[in-house]
Amino acid sequence: MSPALEVLAPGLLSTLQDLGRPGFQHLGIPVGGALDPTSLQAANILVGNPPKTAVVEIAYLGPTIAVDAQEVRLAVVGAETPIEILSDVSAPRGKRIERCRSIVLRRGEVMRIGALSKAAVLYLAAEGGFELPPVLGSYATCLRGRFGGWQGRALATGDRLPLRLSRASARVELCLQDFAVDAQVKFRAILGPQADYFSDASIRKFFDSEYTVCGSDRMGMLLRGPRIEHQHGFDLISDATATGCIQVPGSGQPIVLLADRQTTGGYPKIATVISADLPALGRLAVGAKISFESVTLEFAHQARCKYLKEIAEIPGKVRPLLRSNSELGADLNSQDLVGVIKT
Amino acid sequence: VVEFGNKVDQQLSTMVLSLARELIEAAIPGVLEAVPTFRSLMVHYDPAVIAFTDLIEFIDAAICGIPVVANEYPVWKLPVCYDSSVAPDLTEIASSAGLPPSQIIERHCAPRYHVYMLGFLPGQAYMGDLPEELAFPRRQSPRSKIAAGSVAIAMNITCIFPQEGPCGWHIIGRSPVRLWEKGTANTLLTPGDKVMFTPVSLPEYEILLAKVSAGEHLILQDGVAT
Repeated sequence: MSPALEVLAPGLLSTLQDLGRPGFQHLGIPVGGALDPTSLQAANILVGNPPKTAVVEIAYLGPTIAVDAQEVRLAVVGAETPIEILSDVSAPRGKRIERCRSIVLRRGEVMRIGALSKAAVLYLAAEGGFELPPVLGSYATCLRGRFGGWQGRALATGDRLPLRLSRASARVELCLQDFAVDAQVKFRAILGPQADYFSDASIRKFFDSEYTVCGSDRMGMLLRGPRIEHQHGFDLISDATATGCIQVPGSGQPIVLLADRQTTGGYPKIATVISADLPALGRLAVGAKISFESVTLEFAHQARCKYLKEIAEIPGKVRPLLRSNSELGADLNSQDLVGVIKT
Repeated sequence: VVEFGNKVDQQLSTMVLSLARELIEAAIPGVLEAVPTFRSLMVHYDPAVIAFTDLIEFIDAAICGIPVVANEYPVWKLPVCYDSSVAPDLTEIASSAGLPPSQIIERHCAPRYHVYMLGFLPGQAYMGDLPEELAFPRRQSPRSKIAAGSVAIAMNITCIFPQEGPCGWHIIGRSPVRLWEKGTANTLLTPGDKVMFTPVSLPEYEILLAKVSAGEHLILQDGVAT
């Protein structure tokens, strides 16, 4: 059979994503793509892929996958989570590995990714990528439109995700050093495009208040905090949206638009999170407490250039992997060598 | 966002669409997308490639040069079935408007609509303007699921919903047309196009739907207009 990753358990919401499909918003086709493009690119770099290759985006709870290929090199970057490698499906327990490293798994071996903590998303990259048909130049899954990625839907038990390569290239394993995706609490935003729907006092209140992420999906994030009043109602003639736009509906509780946002919307947007802060925004988990800081357009442009520079520096943070003591210990345990020594 | 006014108006829309066309044809490095809506144009750009001031300069010049005469766009005749089995809100709209349902159908089919924009879902076209007597606010409580092809009205706009999903509009019919060829950049309608509706019976609707489902292309275009 052709090489594949077999889904034994899908996790909460695992989807194929890349950097999305810009260029078709005038037709109502959303851009989509990874919620956290920084981690996506880092995961690809670890397995030697071009940084924009499609990977599996995992939200909140990880999947369990079995290797149905001679071998495959994988890497996981993003939220904290326990990752276990099992020698086969029936193995009671496996070997724990760290995130932010590459690893080669052989036929029958299983990777079990647990519950995510401190962030909402995690990315699983496979060397060579997945053998799937692109839709309008992208492999991103558009869940609401039911197209792209893996059959236009999230992974389900029994799916076989086809791999491009049947074995891993011969090279040392890599890890990322000094690569932190810390939880950000302050998000920079430029005013508008509909700041004129709000009084100065409302705008001040918005930037002075703390908000809690009380719900979130790939389209948007619901915030709960002090109610933001509109000064002349909230009826807006629908206009186009951007990722990071902060809409305020009639309830006065803001909604921040994320990667799968609809291309147009009818609520006034008080402010827009700057593009440099979008990856950190995308990885926010429900329960996170955040606030917003007003910045100028010029500042946003500078921040974007700085962000692009940081992305370009990721390959320089890659080092050959040195195995940790705890991992060597786990290996010994799994082979019962410790027991042998005792007798 | 380039705003041309604050109302749903075909003249404003023509200016929005002209600027969108200018920007796309100019193929300026760093300009990623131009998304037209009712009365404004959203320009997505990469500030690492094009300076904001340079972009504004180009847009200002382009606005000054917008031709007064509108471009030619195709006119479409789209079949709509208004049978009560596929038009859950037709009776209610008729009583709100104080007209018999047959009059609602006649009035919905009378205008030649202008496609203001595509949005929300691939190929979903927002068309206007509805006759005044058909203009009502959205439903108090949105429906959690409507059928693909539902023809709906709200405010002064009419819309065909390309796929199943939640909807707060009043559904007065259903059309068998395919608005988007999945996985392609082919949408039936594009902003600026003109649309007229033709009433069809339920059996006719079912025959047309079967043809569309079998991949047949219906001949829907009926000339061009500005």
